[in-house]
Amino acid sequence: MKAFTYQRARTPADAAAAAAQHPGARFIAGGTNLLDLMKLEIETPPHLVDVNGLGLDRIEPTQDGGLRVGALVRNTDLAADARVRRDYAVLSRALLAGASAQLRNKATTAGNLLQRTRCPYFYDTNQPCNKRKPGSGCAAIGGINRSLAVIGASDACIATHPSDMAVAMRALDAVVETVRADGATRSIPIAEFHTLPGDTPNIENGLAAGELITAVTLPRPIGGTHIYHKVRDRASYAFALVSVGAILQKDGTGRVAFGGVAPRPWRVEAAEAALAQGAKAAAALAFAGAKPTEQNKFKLVLAERTLAAAIAEARA
Amino acid sequence: MIDSSDINQARRDLLIGGALSATAAALPPMASAQGPETGQAPAATPAPVTARVALRVNGQRYELDLDTRTTLLDMLREHLRLTGTKKGCDQGQCGACTVIVDGRRINACLSLAVMHEGAEVTTIEGLGTPGKLHPMQAAFVKHDGYQCGYCTPGQICSAVAALDEIRRGIPSHASADLREKPLLSPAELRERMSGNICRCGAYSNIIEAITEVAGTGGAA
Repeated sequence: MKAFTYQRARTPADAAAAAAQHPGARFIAGGTNLLDLMKLEIETPPHLVDVNGLGLDRIEPTQDGGLRVGALVRNTDLAADARVRRDYAVLSRALLAGASAQLRNKATTAGNLLQRTRCPYFYDTNQPCNKRKPGSGCAAIGGINRSLAVIGASDACIATHPSDMAVAMRALDAVVETVRADGATRSIPIAEFHTLPGDTPNIENGLAAGELITAVTLPRPIGGTHIYHKVRDRASYAFALVSVGAILQKDGTGRVAFGGVAPRPWRVEAAEAALAQGAKAAAALAFAGAKPTEQNKFKLVLAERTLAAAIAEARA
Repeated sequence: MIDSSDINQARRDLLIGGALSATAAALPPMASAQGPETGQAPAATPAPVTARVALRVNGQRYELDLDTRTTLLDMLREHLRLTGTKKGCDQGQCGACTVIVDGRRINACLSLAVMHEGAEVTTIEGLGTPGKLHPMQAAFVKHDGYQCGYCTPGQICSAVAALDEIRRGIPSHASADLREKPLLSPAELRERMSGNICRCGAYSNIIEAITEVAGTGGAA
């Protein structure tokens, strides 16, 4: 691990200012992904700003009947919150499907959104990777890519976003709140938070240097049956090959976001309009324009079948 | 504070001895390898960046000046010499380093020591002693919940915390109903213990040990 200086921030604005003063600085909260990457020297921040003391660890009701989830709320606590279990069950289910209990006890809401891909070529520093080293190429495209993206990728990168939580957040139309070093705040709809790789897969979101996530807001509950189906190589503690986060209403309408298939949670509103016609029609629209590889084209079939299972469960 | 210089010294001697015995026949003397003919001084290694952290481990208070890169795991093992906590993968995948921090189980390998200012850490050494085993330790012995034993401290710390999570009503992926009190079923326990890998495959005995402790309510 490269040496770094370390400071504990006291307020969100202090943290943002501290990060802005140290080029290349990173915020650290749970550390479950960043430290792993620092050990491999994939991340080499010269300065860490510890944000654990900022007090952003509460879940509070919003004025319009939703919930404001502090950036530092641990995955365990968000999944176990009685209001989330009752009104946003897709989010509880997604969180509980991810990682292990030890990791969920540490990992935070904001950190989960910012976690990096688990593409094996991103992790292998002997291999070219445009996300890790821009311009070096992509070893995944001609390599072992069974686990990687089938849609939304580019000629530069076919990595997937690994988060389960973000898939549920996307189905729920969550909003990400941030603060910058100058104190300015903004709200970013989750649909616009993660960017597609294009020619710059090293850029994964629109946050400015030193911009700190302070909360994620969930709009007022929309009812329906909440389902999160995750298909993976092991029964537990593995990343998704395909996941489906769905909120399905009795009249056949609903919302669906897919995980494990794209560089960001994949939701196509036009596909949701076809949900009443069944999984085949909806999946065809959700994955229109998909460019799977020979090794991962099974994901298209798997996604349709996983959606069919979710629809069947909601009707049962 | 524990002085760790003697243990480090012993390791350094061992490393130097090992290196010499392996390379003495193949290389010219060290002086010429680093001599003036290379025209370069060896790159200076900058002094490590250190920070101070005060915390409690198994009820005892420690105040340490540590390289900021030191993980909680390395602090326990290398600085406090609490070697019950094991280093398996060192990347959060195996669970051998599981300890309980402020009542919650975490992977000590994926956390910096300096991030635990004011924390209360419990390791396997703090749960019980050879003369007075924690009920979970006794149950692992009784049910043969291990073979080589390397993952066992992490398994036991994890199991103690897992039962506490069930008691607190925290759901899991295996919970059929998110709003009901979680069950103490084998399916629940297996899911909740999925962050602890046992290469020997003692899983069924581990579940029996945890089930017994859960049944007697003796996990506290």
